[in-house]
Amino acid sequence: MSIAAIEAVGLGKRYGRLGKWAVQDCSFRLPQGQICALVGPNGAGKSTLLGQLAGLVRPSRGELRVMGKTPGAARQQLAFLAQEKPLYPQFTIEETLRMGQELNPGHWDAERAARIVKEGDLDPGTKVRELSGGQRTRVALALCLGKQPDLLLLDEPMADLDPLARHQLMGNLLAEAGESGTTVVISSHILAELEGACDYLLLMENGRIRLGGETDELLSAHALLSGPVTEIGAGTTVVESKVTGRHMTALVRRDSEPLGGDWEVVEPTLEELLLAHMRSPQAPALLTPSAEPQAVRAGAGVAA
Amino acid sequence: MVEYRIDRRSGVATYLQIVQQTKHALRLGLLEPGDQLPTARAVVEATAINPNTVLKAYRELEREGLVEARRGMGTFVTRSLGAAQPADSPLREELRKWAERARSSGMDKDDVAALFTSVLDQIFEGEQG
Repeated sequence: MSIAAIEAVGLGKRYGRLGKWAVQDCSFRLPQGQICALVGPNGAGKSTLLGQLAGLVRPSRGELRVMGKTPGAARQQLAFLAQEKPLYPQFTIEETLRMGQELNPGHWDAERAARIVKEGDLDPGTKVRELSGGQRTRVALALCLGKQPDLLLLDEPMADLDPLARHQLMGNLLAEAGESGTTVVISSHILAELEGACDYLLLMENGRIRLGGETDELLSAHALLSGPVTEIGAGTTVVESKVTGRHMTALVRRDSEPLGGDWEVVEPTLEELLLAHMRSPQAPALLTPSAEPQAVRAGAGVAA
Repeated sequence: MVEYRIDRRSGVATYLQIVQQTKHALRLGLLEPGDQLPTARAVVEATAINPNTVLKAYRELEREGLVEARRGMGTFVTRSLGAAQPADSPLREELRKWAERARSSGMDKDDVAALFTSVLDQIFEGEQG
């Protein structure tokens, strides 16, 4: 198997000696070339995890490999866009891109950076402080992609953009990433903005990964049942169930087939899957085989 | 050139929407052998969907022998679909007259569509749509 873009085992981060664990017992693997959504409620630990991946936040515990190296050693191969999109306000767009070139000698794609700016109809002579939120995001993204990273980490990149700017920028980003095979991790708490764009998913809550894997596989690993109130078989993991009078709906794992009972069975939508998990903190975590760190899998093999 | 419209709420897998819309265009003669499909990059930029989804759809169309990827040039239509009936074919004209008779007999659009579908199902029973 080729080197994973990210491999984390038992990763943890606590701010201060007695503080709360922002990231806790976090284990997953992200194969290369995926466009991955990192979703979860506010305070789930998404930004801390991204900081750790970018090599800016030192893990308190656990193992972390980015493109097979420590995040510090992989710095040249990764680009990180923080939530506040830090840029020098006094620089013009042109000067900002020039800075990208000087800071990334030997692996800067000036043509690509200029193209992304141009697709937004921006004048390279404009100062950064005169740009709107969306334009600023576009320039920051041009800076990230000009570096030609193997792994691109984006923390809530589209949060302050209007729907049109969001759609255009997402289109540009996906087209660039698709052409160069870049692995992308995008964090967000807005599910709609990522549906259809991401083929991989990490659901994070309370510092832990609750769901991880190919979006298609995670969806087909679950079923949405509806029908008369019935006992669900003991072998089936119930994520969430709701009873309304004599009618019942339940989101379950397809871990024991057939599901039995007089159910109408459909595949949940991404939103239904995520919301059901967020409402049910007791539901066990699920990683598809490709999302399981190999160190963990090797251990399981020994136990069997 | 076709333009794809992705409906995220339709419940139909995104790659299938691209496959179906391409076939639809082939049936209507909007795409003909030799025509080029939009590049994956153009589709991704216009729709903001995952690049792998577009490639999956094009691979599926290629597997069905409808298009061909030419290295470095793009994806091209290799054959049309169905017994393509041009807009002014005799069959279409007959159907038009039939639909008019149905309306003058007091049926509304949904009634006509239901009747038409039920006859289609009867005649093409057992065949793949």
